[in-house]
Amino acid sequence: MQSAAAIEAVFRSERARVLATTIRVSHGDFDLAEEAVQEAFAAAIARWPTEGTPDEPRGWLVSVARNKAIDAIRRRVKLREIVADEPAGDAAAATELVAVPDDRLRLIYTCCHPALATEAQIALTLRTLGGLTTEEIARAFLTSAVTMAQRLVRAKTKIKAAGIPYEVPEASQLPERTGAVMAVVYLIFNEGYAATAGDAWIRRDLCREAIRLGRLVAELTGDPEARGLLALMLLHDSRRDARTDDRGDLVLLEDQDRARWDHAQIAEALALVPIALRGGAGPYSVQAAIAALHASAPRSADTDWRQIARLFDELARRQPSPIVALNRAVAIAMWQGPEAGLGLIDQLAGELGDYHLWHAARADLLRRLGRRREAAAAYRAALDHVGSSPERRFLESRLAEVEAQPPAV
Amino acid sequence: MQYLLLIYDPEKEWAAMPEAERNQMFDDYMTFTNDIKASGHHKGGDALQPTHTATTVRVRDGKTSVTDGPFAETREQLGGFYLIEAKDLDEATKIAARIPSAKFGSIEVRPIMTFT
Repeated sequence: MQSAAAIEAVFRSERARVLATTIRVSHGDFDLAEEAVQEAFAAAIARWPTEGTPDEPRGWLVSVARNKAIDAIRRRVKLREIVADEPAGDAAAATELVAVPDDRLRLIYTCCHPALATEAQIALTLRTLGGLTTEEIARAFLTSAVTMAQRLVRAKTKIKAAGIPYEVPEASQLPERTGAVMAVVYLIFNEGYAATAGDAWIRRDLCREAIRLGRLVAELTGDPEARGLLALMLLHDSRRDARTDDRGDLVLLEDQDRARWDHAQIAEALALVPIALRGGAGPYSVQAAIAALHASAPRSADTDWRQIARLFDELARRQPSPIVALNRAVAIAMWQGPEAGLGLIDQLAGELGDYHLWHAARADLLRRLGRRREAAAAYRAALDHVGSSPERRFLESRLAEVEAQPPAV
Repeated sequence: MQYLLLIYDPEKEWAAMPEAERNQMFDDYMTFTNDIKASGHHKGGDALQPTHTATTVRVRDGKTSVTDGPFAETREQLGGFYLIEAKDLDEATKIAARIPSAKFGSIEVRPIMTFT
């Protein structure tokens, strides 16, 4: 287990944990801890090939990083009683450090502290807990590496200067703070999922990273809603190979080749959904339940739209928004027919008149009703408001379809 | 760590308050101040007279200008401050949330600069 690749693999899987613990023993100093961890990894690369990989690689890395951190603190400030209290590190002490409640929890909550701007929370989470480099994060969010580096520096400065504590929040704050963590994870996922521009490979990486973080949050917090979020992301992501065709054009859910869905991932998600719902059925869990109904229909025609519509009622209660109302209207249209949905959609004109998907949903229902002239008008309105190319191409092809045949009305 | 809690609230709302409500606010402030003194967090603090009593001084190119009013017209105005000692930002924000004006104004929590 001494090849460079094997050592790299150890680093990748252990980096977040080693960093999280080193930040704690550095009394919350991110920069100091990061340098110490880098030096520990450098020492491992220098010594493991000849000395052999230690039995407890994580313990070794933590111990070495910790000592380097303490040395750095001593160099910076000579007289500090906290440093005087620390005994010299050794393997036994390192095991004790590793057995402490997972420091990654402290790290997640600190990265996602409300006193940091949301974009800073995302950047810091991806940098410290995710495996992404500053350049990779910059590419994913379509900014320059310099901007992203500055964002990270400012975030770490704020943590230090304002005294953001490196702690798991107290019980009374936990629900709200965990909600903030989940929001960041889902933002990361959506950035990867939306795939409107930029490196497709990086986008795929972001979804995978978000799922990994979601697993960590679910595991470490035990929060049922975190399980719901994980299930939701797994289900969305399970369709990644069926969402676009060879030309990069959009394939609607109803038209996707379900054989290309990741059924192992779906199975994992389906097992999580009932647990999440039983634990309180928050918005992520309800969305996951809706996605689960889609995922468990063998064919599009088998989809249980009545149940989906009911779940949208639940979602609307928890998270009232015009977008939820729109999706609910579409589900009702699928269940009870286009007329039923159209009435509900029209009610949202005031709020969603600038939203291309509102026009597209209207257009689709009008098309199903054979009202081609109105459908064409709605598709044109959708095109006026749409951004990305795959969606644009889709709407243009639908417009061409409804205009191809002589209008009935 | 030391933090300055800057209390911004809309002076118009204070002016429009019925007297009983205003007196209740003063009582709440007194209670809060005594509480944080007792808990050892209080290092200082005062209410400020309203912005119509303010004067702004600027020196540019050696010339001093003295003008009537606060430094800028804002929707909420600085009405007072507390200097507190707190172990970290979470403790400071918990204290800030207890300031009576937090219910309709904004409390800015600013760490005091330390020079090492």
